[in-house]
Amino acid sequence: MSAVYIARNKEVAARMLGDELMIMSARDSTLFSLNATASTIWQAADGRTPLAEIVERQVCKTFAVDPAVALTDAEELVQGLSQHGILKVSNTPIEEGP
Amino acid sequence: MDAAIAHDVVIEIGAMPVLVRTSSPEFLEVLWKRYGGFMNPDAEPSFEFVVEVVPASALPGADDADVDLSVVFEGNRWILERGDFHAELDPGLRRGEIRLASSPYAIDAAFRVVHSLLLARQGGLLVHASSAVRNGKAFLFAGVSGAGKTTISRLAPPDATLLTDEISYIRLEGDGYFAYGTPFAGELAKPGENVRAPLAAIYLLSQGPENRIDAVGEADAARSVLESVLFFAHDSELVARVFDSVCELVQRVPVQRLTFFPDGRVWELVA
Repeated sequence: MSAVYIARNKEVAARMLGDELMIMSARDSTLFSLNATASTIWQAADGRTPLAEIVERQVCKTFAVDPAVALTDAEELVQGLSQHGILKVSNTPIEEGP
Repeated sequence: MDAAIAHDVVIEIGAMPVLVRTSSPEFLEVLWKRYGGFMNPDAEPSFEFVVEVVPASALPGADDADVDLSVVFEGNRWILERGDFHAELDPGLRRGEIRLASSPYAIDAAFRVVHSLLLARQGGLLVHASSAVRNGKAFLFAGVSGAGKTTISRLAPPDATLLTDEISYIRLEGDGYFAYGTPFAGELAKPGENVRAPLAAIYLLSQGPENRIDAVGEADAARSVLESVLFFAHDSELVARVFDSVCELVQRVPVQRLTFFPDGRVWELVA
Protein backbone atom coordinates (compact mmCIF):
# COMPACT_ATOMS: atom_id res chain seq x y z
CA MET A 1 0.00 0.00 0.00
CA SER A 2 1.35 3.42 -0.94
CA ALA A 3 2.18 6.03 1.67
CA VAL A 4 -0.39 8.62 2.66
CA TYR A 5 0.66 12.24 3.12
CA ILE A 6 -1.46 14.85 4.86
CA ALA A 7 -1.32 18.65 5.01
CA ARG A 8 -3.41 21.22 6.83
CA ASN A 9 -5.66 23.27 4.59
CA LYS A 10 -4.69 26.94 4.82
CA GLU A 11 -8.33 27.99 4.58
CA VAL A 12 -9.04 27.07 8.16
CA ALA A 13 -8.53 28.81 11.46
CA ALA A 14 -7.43 26.66 14.40
CA ARG A 15 -6.98 27.31 18.09
CA MET A 16 -6.26 25.09 21.08
CA LEU A 17 -8.86 25.71 23.79
CA GLY A 18 -8.52 23.63 26.94
CA ASP A 19 -7.74 20.12 25.70
CA GLU A 20 -9.62 20.50 22.43
CA LEU A 21 -8.35 21.76 19.12
CA MET A 22 -11.08 23.94 17.61
CA ILE A 23 -10.99 24.29 13.86
CA MET A 24 -13.24 26.48 11.76
CA SER A 25 -13.50 26.19 8.03
CA ALA A 26 -13.12 29.74 6.75
CA ARG A 27 -14.86 28.60 3.56
CA ASP A 28 -18.23 27.65 5.06
CA SER A 29 -17.86 28.50 8.80
CA THR A 30 -18.26 24.85 9.85
CA LEU A 31 -16.77 24.26 13.29
CA PHE A 32 -14.83 21.12 14.22
CA SER A 33 -13.40 19.96 17.50
CA LEU A 34 -10.52 17.48 17.65
CA ASN A 35 -9.55 15.38 20.65
CA ALA A 36 -5.96 14.96 21.78
CA THR A 37 -5.13 12.09 19.38
CA ALA A 38 -6.66 13.82 16.39
CA SER A 39 -4.96 17.07 17.37
CA THR A 40 -1.58 15.33 17.36
CA ILE A 41 -2.17 14.12 13.82
CA TRP A 42 -3.43 17.53 12.70
CA GLN A 43 -0.43 19.33 14.12
CA ALA A 44 1.99 16.87 12.48
CA ALA A 45 0.31 17.20 9.07
CA ASP A 46 3.19 18.93 7.29
CA GLY A 47 2.62 17.38 3.85
CA ARG A 48 6.02 15.64 3.95
CA THR A 49 5.78 13.08 6.77
CA PRO A 50 3.85 9.92 5.85
CA LEU A 51 0.79 9.27 7.99
CA ALA A 52 2.17 5.89 9.10
CA GLU A 53 5.27 7.61 10.44
CA ILE A 54 3.19 10.23 12.29
CA VAL A 55 1.14 7.47 13.90
CA GLU A 56 4.18 5.40 14.84
CA ARG A 57 6.37 8.24 16.13
CA GLN A 58 3.82 10.53 17.72
CA VAL A 59 0.46 8.86 18.31
CA CYS A 60 1.67 5.44 19.52
CA LYS A 61 4.46 6.98 21.57
CA THR A 62 2.17 9.47 23.29
CA PHE A 63 -1.02 7.47 23.75
CA ALA A 64 0.21 3.86 24.12
CA VAL A 65 -2.11 2.37 21.52
CA ASP A 66 -1.75 -0.64 19.23
CA PRO A 67 0.05 0.57 16.06
CA ALA A 68 -2.21 -1.30 13.60
CA VAL A 69 -5.41 -0.10 15.28
CA ALA A 70 -4.03 3.42 15.56
CA LEU A 71 -3.15 3.53 11.87
CA THR A 72 -6.61 2.31 10.83
CA ASP A 73 -8.25 4.91 13.07
CA ALA A 74 -5.92 7.61 11.74
CA GLU A 75 -6.74 6.73 8.13
CA GLU A 76 -10.46 7.01 8.88
CA LEU A 77 -9.90 10.31 10.64
CA VAL A 78 -7.91 11.91 7.83
CA GLN A 79 -10.45 10.76 5.25
CA GLY A 80 -13.21 12.39 7.30
CA LEU A 81 -11.28 15.62 7.73
CA SER A 82 -10.42 15.60 4.05
CA GLN A 83 -14.09 15.30 3.10
CA HIS A 84 -14.78 18.44 5.13
CA GLY A 85 -11.94 20.23 3.35
CA ILE A 86 -9.86 20.92 6.41
CA LEU A 87 -7.06 18.46 5.60
CA LYS A 88 -5.43 17.59 2.28
CA VAL A 89 -4.64 13.91 1.63
CA SER A 90 -2.39 12.58 -1.12
CA ASN A 91 -0.29 9.56 -2.05
CA THR A 92 2.62 11.86 -2.79
CA PRO A 93 4.21 14.57 -0.64
CA ILE A 94 2.16 17.77 -0.65
CA GLU A 95 4.02 20.90 -1.65
CA GLU A 96 2.59 24.02 -0.09
CA GLY A 97 2.78 27.33 -1.94
CA PRO A 98 3.97 30.53 -0.27
CA MET B 1 -36.69 74.71 -9.07
CA ASP B 2 -36.49 72.23 -6.21
CA ALA B 3 -33.05 71.72 -4.74
CA ALA B 4 -32.46 68.71 -2.55
CA ILE B 5 -30.58 69.74 0.56
CA ALA B 6 -28.24 67.12 1.92
CA HIS B 7 -28.35 66.59 5.65
CA ASP B 8 -25.41 64.96 7.39
CA VAL B 9 -25.61 63.26 10.75
CA VAL B 10 -22.90 61.28 12.51
CA ILE B 11 -24.12 58.26 14.43
CA GLU B 12 -21.48 56.83 16.73
CA ILE B 13 -22.08 53.29 17.93
CA GLY B 14 -19.29 51.39 19.65
CA ALA B 15 -16.75 54.18 19.08
CA MET B 16 -17.38 53.79 15.34
CA PRO B 17 -18.77 57.06 13.97
CA VAL B 18 -20.70 56.61 10.74
CA LEU B 19 -21.78 59.64 8.74
CA VAL B 20 -25.20 59.32 7.13
CA ARG B 21 -26.11 61.74 4.35
CA THR B 22 -29.71 62.05 3.26
CA SER B 23 -31.79 64.61 1.43
CA SER B 24 -34.99 63.31 3.00
CA PRO B 25 -36.23 65.34 6.01
CA GLU B 26 -38.61 62.48 6.80
CA PHE B 27 -35.76 59.99 6.94
CA LEU B 28 -33.68 62.40 9.01
CA GLU B 29 -36.48 62.36 11.55
CA VAL B 30 -36.44 58.56 11.54
CA LEU B 31 -32.71 58.68 12.27
CA TRP B 32 -33.10 61.12 15.15
CA LYS B 33 -35.90 59.09 16.70
CA ARG B 34 -33.97 55.86 16.44
CA TYR B 35 -30.42 56.98 17.12
CA GLY B 36 -30.82 60.29 18.94
CA GLY B 37 -28.77 59.12 21.90
CA PHE B 38 -25.92 58.09 19.61
CA MET B 39 -25.53 61.25 17.53
CA ASN B 40 -22.07 62.80 17.76
CA PRO B 41 -21.58 65.70 15.35
CA ASP B 42 -18.01 66.22 16.55
CA ALA B 43 -16.75 62.73 15.74
CA GLU B 44 -14.54 62.07 12.73
CA PRO B 45 -16.48 59.51 10.67
CA SER B 46 -14.96 56.06 10.14
CA PHE B 47 -17.42 55.44 7.32
CA GLU B 48 -19.82 57.45 5.18
CA PHE B 49 -23.21 56.35 3.98
CA VAL B 50 -25.18 58.15 1.28
CA VAL B 51 -28.82 57.22 1.67
CA GLU B 52 -31.33 57.38 -1.14
CA VAL B 53 -34.84 57.04 0.19
CA VAL B 54 -37.20 55.51 -2.34
CA PRO B 55 -40.87 54.51 -2.17
CA ALA B 56 -41.40 50.98 -0.87
CA SER B 57 -42.96 50.13 -4.24
CA ALA B 58 -39.54 50.72 -5.87
CA LEU B 59 -38.01 47.93 -3.79
CA PRO B 60 -39.19 44.59 -5.15
CA GLY B 61 -39.13 42.69 -1.84
CA ALA B 62 -39.98 45.50 0.56
CA ASP B 63 -43.14 43.82 1.81
CA ASP B 64 -41.69 40.34 2.08
CA ALA B 65 -40.37 39.80 5.61
CA ASP B 66 -39.01 36.38 4.64
CA VAL B 67 -36.42 37.66 2.17
CA ASP B 68 -33.05 36.68 3.58
CA LEU B 69 -30.23 39.14 3.90
CA SER B 70 -27.46 38.52 1.38
CA VAL B 71 -23.93 39.86 1.86
CA VAL B 72 -21.35 39.21 -0.85
CA PHE B 73 -17.96 40.69 -1.65
CA GLU B 74 -17.59 41.50 -5.36
CA GLY B 75 -15.05 43.72 -7.08
CA ASN B 76 -13.74 45.24 -3.83
CA ARG B 77 -17.27 46.14 -2.70
CA TRP B 78 -19.60 44.64 -0.21
CA ILE B 79 -23.08 44.21 -1.66
CA LEU B 80 -25.88 43.95 0.89
CA GLU B 81 -29.31 42.99 -0.30
CA ARG B 82 -32.56 42.48 1.50
CA GLY B 83 -36.13 43.04 0.44
CA ASP B 84 -36.27 46.52 1.90
CA PHE B 85 -32.79 47.80 1.03
CA HIS B 86 -29.86 47.50 -1.35
CA ALA B 87 -26.46 48.75 -0.25
CA GLU B 88 -22.99 48.80 -1.77
CA LEU B 89 -20.01 49.51 0.44
CA ASP B 90 -16.41 50.15 -0.44
CA PRO B 91 -14.30 49.30 2.62
CA GLY B 92 -11.20 50.80 1.00
CA LEU B 93 -12.82 54.20 0.46
CA ARG B 94 -14.83 53.82 3.67
CA ARG B 95 -18.03 54.86 2.01
CA GLY B 96 -21.18 53.31 0.66
CA GLU B 97 -24.56 53.97 -0.87
CA ILE B 98 -27.84 52.56 0.25
CA ARG B 99 -31.31 52.64 -1.30
CA LEU B 100 -34.08 52.02 1.16
CA ALA B 101 -37.61 52.76 2.15
CA SER B 102 -38.05 55.34 4.89
CA SER B 103 -38.43 52.83 7.69
CA PRO B 104 -36.20 52.31 10.71
CA TYR B 105 -35.91 48.58 10.05
CA ALA B 106 -33.91 48.83 6.83
CA ILE B 107 -31.32 51.27 8.18
CA ASP B 108 -31.11 49.31 11.41
CA ALA B 109 -30.35 46.08 9.52
CA ALA B 110 -27.82 47.86 7.31
CA PHE B 111 -26.10 49.36 10.34
CA ARG B 112 -25.82 45.96 12.00
CA VAL B 113 -24.15 44.48 8.92
CA VAL B 114 -21.81 47.44 8.43
CA HIS B 115 -20.74 47.41 12.06
CA SER B 116 -20.22 43.63 12.02
CA LEU B 117 -17.97 43.97 8.95
CA LEU B 118 -15.97 46.94 10.25
CA LEU B 119 -15.71 45.56 13.75
CA ALA B 120 -14.51 42.12 12.60
CA ARG B 121 -11.42 43.74 11.11
CA GLN B 122 -10.67 45.35 14.48
CA GLY B 123 -10.99 42.24 16.62
CA GLY B 124 -14.46 43.14 17.88
CA LEU B 125 -17.76 41.36 17.77
CA LEU B 126 -21.49 41.98 17.58
CA VAL B 127 -23.19 39.36 19.72
CA HIS B 128 -26.82 38.40 19.93
CA ALA B 129 -26.94 39.09 23.65
CA SER B 130 -28.20 41.58 26.18
CA SER B 131 -25.69 43.48 28.29
CA ALA B 132 -25.65 45.85 31.22
CA VAL B 133 -23.23 47.79 33.40
CA ARG B 134 -23.21 47.50 37.15
CA ASN B 135 -20.62 48.90 39.55
CA GLY B 136 -18.51 50.01 36.61
CA LYS B 137 -18.34 46.55 35.06
CA ALA B 138 -20.17 45.20 32.00
CA PHE B 139 -21.93 41.84 31.96
CA LEU B 140 -23.15 40.10 28.85
CA PHE B 141 -26.05 37.62 28.68
CA ALA B 142 -26.06 35.40 25.60
CA GLY B 143 -28.52 32.76 24.56
CA VAL B 144 -30.85 31.49 21.90
CA SER B 145 -34.21 33.16 21.38
CA GLY B 146 -36.34 32.58 24.46
CA ALA B 147 -33.35 31.95 26.76
CA GLY B 148 -34.11 35.12 28.70
CA LYS B 149 -32.05 38.00 27.29
CA THR B 150 -34.93 40.45 27.50
CA THR B 151 -36.25 38.93 30.73
CA ILE B 152 -32.97 39.43 32.56
CA SER B 153 -32.81 42.98 31.22
CA ARG B 154 -36.29 43.67 32.63
CA LEU B 155 -35.22 42.25 35.99
CA ALA B 156 -32.13 44.47 36.23
CA PRO B 157 -31.94 46.45 39.48
CA PRO B 158 -32.17 50.26 39.39
CA ASP B 159 -28.41 50.70 39.73
CA ALA B 160 -27.76 48.72 36.52
CA THR B 161 -27.40 50.54 33.19
CA LEU B 162 -28.80 48.68 30.22
CA LEU B 163 -26.49 48.58 27.20
CA THR B 164 -28.91 46.60 25.03
CA ASP B 165 -31.46 43.81 25.31
CA GLU B 166 -30.68 42.52 21.82
CA ILE B 167 -27.28 43.17 20.21
CA SER B 168 -24.15 43.61 22.30
CA TYR B 169 -21.13 45.45 20.98
CA ILE B 170 -17.73 44.22 22.11
CA ARG B 171 -14.36 45.73 21.28
CA LEU B 172 -10.82 44.78 22.22
CA GLU B 173 -9.08 47.85 23.62
CA GLY B 174 -5.56 47.46 24.90
CA ASP B 175 -5.45 44.29 26.96
CA GLY B 176 -9.15 44.03 27.66
CA TYR B 177 -12.60 43.82 26.15
CA PHE B 178 -15.15 46.59 26.51
CA ALA B 179 -18.91 46.44 26.00
CA TYR B 180 -20.68 49.42 24.47
CA GLY B 181 -24.30 50.46 24.53
CA THR B 182 -26.19 50.09 21.26
CA PRO B 183 -29.46 51.46 19.88
CA PHE B 184 -30.30 47.96 18.62
CA ALA B 185 -33.32 47.06 20.72
CA GLY B 186 -35.20 43.80 21.08
CA GLU B 187 -38.52 43.16 22.80
CA LEU B 188 -37.93 46.04 25.22
CA ALA B 189 -38.14 48.39 22.22
CA LYS B 190 -35.81 50.72 24.06
CA PRO B 191 -32.28 51.69 22.98
CA GLY B 192 -29.40 51.03 25.31
CA GLU B 193 -27.48 53.77 27.08
CA ASN B 194 -24.58 55.21 25.12
CA VAL B 195 -21.87 54.21 27.60
CA ARG B 196 -19.05 51.69 27.77
CA ALA B 197 -17.45 49.57 30.47
CA PRO B 198 -14.86 46.80 30.76
CA LEU B 199 -16.45 43.42 30.11
CA ALA B 200 -16.23 41.42 33.36
CA ALA B 201 -18.16 38.26 32.49
CA ILE B 202 -20.23 36.51 29.87
CA TYR B 203 -23.20 34.46 31.01
CA LEU B 204 -24.77 31.79 28.83
CA LEU B 205 -28.44 31.96 29.74
CA SER B 206 -31.09 29.38 30.35
CA GLN B 207 -34.14 29.48 32.57
CA GLY B 208 -34.76 26.93 35.30
CA PRO B 209 -36.34 26.37 38.72
CA GLU B 210 -33.48 27.99 40.64
CA ASN B 211 -30.65 30.43 40.20
CA ARG B 212 -27.25 28.86 39.73
CA ILE B 213 -23.94 29.40 38.02
CA ASP B 214 -21.90 26.61 36.47
CA ALA B 215 -18.43 26.67 35.05
CA VAL B 216 -17.99 26.33 31.29
CA GLY B 217 -14.84 25.03 29.60
CA GLU B 218 -13.14 27.25 27.05
CA ALA B 219 -14.09 25.07 24.08
CA ASP B 220 -17.77 24.97 25.07
CA ALA B 221 -17.67 28.69 25.73
CA ALA B 222 -16.26 29.34 22.27
CA ARG B 223 -18.92 27.12 20.65
CA SER B 224 -21.72 28.95 22.48
CA VAL B 225 -20.39 32.44 21.79
CA LEU B 226 -19.81 31.60 18.13
CA GLU B 227 -23.47 30.58 17.83
CA SER B 228 -24.46 34.01 19.10
CA VAL B 229 -22.11 36.13 16.98
CA LEU B 230 -23.75 38.21 14.28
CA PHE B 231 -21.82 37.72 11.13
CA PHE B 232 -23.28 37.80 7.68
CA ALA B 233 -20.43 37.75 5.20
CA HIS B 234 -19.16 34.75 3.29
CA ASP B 235 -15.58 35.90 3.36
CA SER B 236 -12.88 33.47 4.43
CA GLU B 237 -10.53 36.12 5.82
CA LEU B 238 -13.19 37.70 8.00
CA VAL B 239 -14.56 34.32 9.12
CA ALA B 240 -11.08 33.40 10.35
CA ARG B 241 -10.82 36.76 12.15
CA VAL B 242 -14.16 36.30 13.87
CA PHE B 243 -13.14 32.80 14.96
CA ASP B 244 -9.85 34.14 16.37
CA SER B 245 -11.68 36.97 18.14
CA VAL B 246 -14.11 34.58 19.82
CA CYS B 247 -11.26 32.31 20.96
CA GLU B 248 -9.38 35.33 22.31
CA LEU B 249 -12.52 36.61 24.06
CA VAL B 250 -13.27 33.36 25.92
CA GLN B 251 -9.63 33.11 27.01
CA ARG B 252 -9.66 36.63 28.47
CA VAL B 253 -13.19 36.99 29.84
CA PRO B 254 -14.80 34.45 32.21
CA VAL B 255 -17.71 32.59 30.60
CA GLN B 256 -20.24 30.85 32.86
CA ARG B 257 -23.60 29.19 32.46
CA LEU B 258 -26.32 31.13 34.29
CA THR B 259 -29.52 29.23 34.93
CA PHE B 260 -32.12 31.52 36.42
CA PHE B 261 -35.60 31.66 37.79
CA PRO B 262 -37.20 34.80 36.40
CA ASP B 263 -37.24 37.13 39.37
CA GLY B 264 -34.89 39.87 40.50
CA ARG B 265 -32.81 37.63 42.78
CA VAL B 266 -30.80 36.40 39.82
CA TRP B 267 -28.95 39.71 39.84
CA GLU B 268 -27.46 38.78 43.24
CA LEU B 269 -25.33 36.28 41.31
CA VAL B 270 -24.14 38.76 38.71
CA ALA B 271 -20.81 40.10 39.85
